[in-house]
Amino acid sequence: MEEIVYAVQPVIVMLVGALLGAGYFAFLRWQTQVGGRNAALLVGAVCGVAGAMLLTAPLGYCMFESDKKNDDYIVGWIMVVLGLLLTLNIGSTLLWRFFRGQRLLPRGDTTPGAFRGRFGALYAAAALSPTILVLVYFVYLPMFDTLRLSTFLARFGAPRTRFVCVSNFSRMLGDLDYHSNLFLSFALSFGIIIITMSLALLIAAMLNQPIRGANIYRTFLIWPYAISPIVAGSIFGLLLGTESGIVNRVLDLTLGVKVPWLVTVPAAQFSVVLASVWNVIGFNILFYTAGLQTIPKDLLESASIDGANAWQRFARITFPLLSPFTFFLIVTNTIYAFFDTFGLIFVLTRGGPTESTFTAMYRVYVTGILASDIGKSTAQSLILFLIVVGITIFQFRVGQRRVQYGNY
Amino acid sequence: MTESASSRFVFDPSANQSRPLWRRLIPQRWYAHLILTISVIIITFPMFYALLISTQSNPEVWNHKFTPGDKFFENLHTVMVQRNMGRFMLNSFVIAMAISIGKTVMSVLAGLGLVYFRYPGKWLVFGFVLVTLIMPGDVLLIALYRRVVSFDGWPHPYFALTLPLLASATGVFIFRQHFMTMPPDLSEAAQLDGASPLQFLFRVLIPLSWNTIGALMVIMFLFGWNQFLWPLILLRDQNLQVVQWGMQSLSQNLEVGDNFGPMMMGVIITSLPPMIIFLILQRQFMKGFALTRDK
Repeated sequence: MEEIVYAVQPVIVMLVGALLGAGYFAFLRWQTQVGGRNAALLVGAVCGVAGAMLLTAPLGYCMFESDKKNDDYIVGWIMVVLGLLLTLNIGSTLLWRFFRGQRLLPRGDTTPGAFRGRFGALYAAAALSPTILVLVYFVYLPMFDTLRLSTFLARFGAPRTRFVCVSNFSRMLGDLDYHSNLFLSFALSFGIIIITMSLALLIAAMLNQPIRGANIYRTFLIWPYAISPIVAGSIFGLLLGTESGIVNRVLDLTLGVKVPWLVTVPAAQFSVVLASVWNVIGFNILFYTAGLQTIPKDLLESASIDGANAWQRFARITFPLLSPFTFFLIVTNTIYAFFDTFGLIFVLTRGGPTESTFTAMYRVYVTGILASDIGKSTAQSLILFLIVVGITIFQFRVGQRRVQYGNY
Repeated sequence: MTESASSRFVFDPSANQSRPLWRRLIPQRWYAHLILTISVIIITFPMFYALLISTQSNPEVWNHKFTPGDKFFENLHTVMVQRNMGRFMLNSFVIAMAISIGKTVMSVLAGLGLVYFRYPGKWLVFGFVLVTLIMPGDVLLIALYRRVVSFDGWPHPYFALTLPLLASATGVFIFRQHFMTMPPDLSEAAQLDGASPLQFLFRVLIPLSWNTIGALMVIMFLFGWNQFLWPLILLRDQNLQVVQWGMQSLSQNLEVGDNFGPMMMGVIITSLPPMIIFLILQRQFMKGFALTRDK
């Protein structure tokens, strides 16, 4: 009986994929009213099957075996959904290009002024090969390793590894510590984005005024960009020390309180946000200043002739036109919060008190390097990878729509 | 300059004369000066405070003295000699220069290869490079470490440290965009004169790209100088460690606080080289980002 269940599971997965794919393509067909209905259904079903198999088949559908726990099934279905998201998006884009009679793939070469002659491709290969080689050996192969190792039980120094299917992932589902690490990373990015970007926009707007000494102000304001997270952590460790820190000294003299910034729970997390904001604000000011100078002056002038006040000009013209810069900064600030805060936290709180400032990246370091559990830490790395992919897609999707909206 | 003094949206030229005297005495856009001055004070305060502390002894720090102490050279000696920061700075400088030069050279070459030649599947090559933007080094850290240490033929640990960091999707993207905005007549003319692609690169493209190269060099130098996690796990020999590692070893006993003077001296000397590079290449950096007003 159990063998039958195991044999049937992959079929069920494929059937579900086919149904979802066909359904999604039928919906698109109905929405766009372009192309043949049967062709859409067929291609949708094929893409659905491919998507369902994409991540589960390479592991031999092991997560659906009869001896697996509920969490393994859940991870299996999440993998089906992720595979479907990928294949259905690519498949529908290509199919509808075909329906509309557009080119399926981008045109190979539209560059004017390219060098003529027979050896063009050779020259190009020579010029590109250093970059391509480094990317293959040190980015693509490690990426493949990360995918593979995340399904293994492996340790540094131990020669043997054991295939453990998706248990590295399914154990994360119930790991409350890891959940709070992830939550902290998100909360940190949220705090950094809100505080840094609003302050940076205000400062950049002031820098953009025709005032004397703007260059001097700008140099002083952009400069923390050159400071490393380690240095930022060290300085804030000095500023925020309970007895030694100048901040508590001022608070003590004015309000009569001393906040144990680095050693109590909400205060330590706030300290990390504060130090991070100081560390990244220069970069944010830099890009908002660059963004403000791309805004056409005549647009603002005609708006002010039409009677728009300063706030209306900002909210209706400047801010929408800045949206490419805003989305770029949201992405870079999120990446800073997820990855680059490691050094800052390493110095400022060492992840403490009671692991309350462990970010997801800090957890990867502790699991992979200190505890030497390669499988678990690469699985955690892949979660971070999914988040990076998620925010990149967010930037492209939402960002481009907003840009088009702002395209006057 | 009259242009910068006049408001951007003034349409009545007589408006300035009709203002009362007290308003003419207050500088125009005083609020901008106010906000910017406050921002500059808040943003630069931590660094100036660190500079102050770096001259003090520990009792002075704990008593919150706001006068410079006389321990500057003592702290400098402690940090540079006893705590080996001089060595770490040299190590980091070598690493950062290797990374920034390597990345820039490879990006320029890749940009050349992506713009100035015809071959099928060019978009695929560009996509292959661009997709790596979503694979940050930190995500690959564990697997990369495993791969790098499994090979024991590295002539020096720094090759293992820098080589994996040399390809830059950002750099390739920036140079591709930069070359594509250049007028195609340039390469047409160069071809008519019988220039080879390499001559074109060295005689035309690079002289026209110094701002972009400068901007990228600043970013990449900072990237190399700020490396911490990768050297932390990769380098076994403490004498080969980088300046950020030395800095974190100075701030070990943060709460105990027995070494604030040397610690802030570490902060100052760790931040000095990137700040100097930033100031020297500021013009290129700003122009690379199209930041100057008069363009």
